Amino acid sequence: MRFGIAVFPGTWSDRDCARAVEVLGHRSVPLWHRDRDLGGVDCVILPGGFSYGDHLRTGAVARFAPLMESVQEFAASGGLVWGICNGFQILCEAHLLPGALTRNVSLEFRCETAWLRVETVETPFTRACDPGAVLAIPVSHGEGRYVADAPTLDRLEAERRVAFRYVARDGLPVGDASPNGSLRDIAGIVSDGRNVLGMMPHPERAAEALLGSEDGMQLFRSVVEAVAERSAFVAAP
Amino acid sequence: MRFLAEVVISLKPVVNDPQGLTVRAGLHQLGFAEVTEVRVGKHITLEVDGDSEASVRRRVAEMCERLLRNPVIEDYRIELRPAIEASTAPLPPPA
Repeated sequence: MRFGIAVFPGTWSDRDCARAVEVLGHRSVPLWHRDRDLGGVDCVILPGGFSYGDHLRTGAVARFAPLMESVQEFAASGGLVWGICNGFQILCEAHLLPGALTRNVSLEFRCETAWLRVETVETPFTRACDPGAVLAIPVSHGEGRYVADAPTLDRLEAERRVAFRYVARDGLPVGDASPNGSLRDIAGIVSDGRNVLGMMPHPERAAEALLGSEDGMQLFRSVVEAVAERSAFVAAP
Repeated sequence: MRFLAEVVISLKPVVNDPQGLTVRAGLHQLGFAEVTEVRVGKHITLEVDGDSEASVRRRVAEMCERLLRNPVIEDYRIELRPAIEASTAPLPPPA
């Protein structure tokens, strides 16, 4: 299958994402921010970085890139869109996901391994994970504190749209030790159609044993499974 | 006619402002114990051409809604006045 990987000025995690896709034996296709053509890819990744220098607000300018118009249409038609770190910030600014990402409570840029509990396996991005599994996946951000008003948070919980939560290594609540102070320790959420995922941690940096963790690969494998199933469905008589 | 618009973007009262808390702690450290609350925001100035103050205000509000502020976390306030162009501004009195 083919993963499209968006490249905005200031994106830097695109090559790491491409590497993770290629390690799994699949193809990555770079998608330039000025282009509108998604090249028929099966999943679009909006990778991490500092698109447009984080000017005004993180993700605020990338949202207007020509590529994002196509991504919006792709998402609206059920296409898989996966925002990682800056990609999550862009998805919130583009209103493809609710809420916003604000300055870490510590005011520090945090770059470290985070422990994520898989809160639902009923998404195309987590279906290959064990329910409740704790994944070691790094974070690397200064503005990753997820905020939304209480009714929005309640709705996300009720609809089981919280994909990942920061936890302690043993899977128990993280208390004050979350990397950014996200409300309800939220690390990732999916859209109401469950085909758009935004997450602050970087699964592509946990893609090979050499990197210290392969846990991120469970997410890439999930997407491959989901796409294979869809293709089978489409091809069926 | 040219107007000068000043847009003040502030975090909504319910949004935690770690920068504000840090600045307040710094001010307390410097002896400004009377400071009870600090919120850090953004100040954006725009020069805008338009027919009337009302129409320019409407356009700037639209800019705020569509780009300048994030409605999830931020409020905004617009201050508007006619811009005095440099060439027509009165010269300062001689020293």
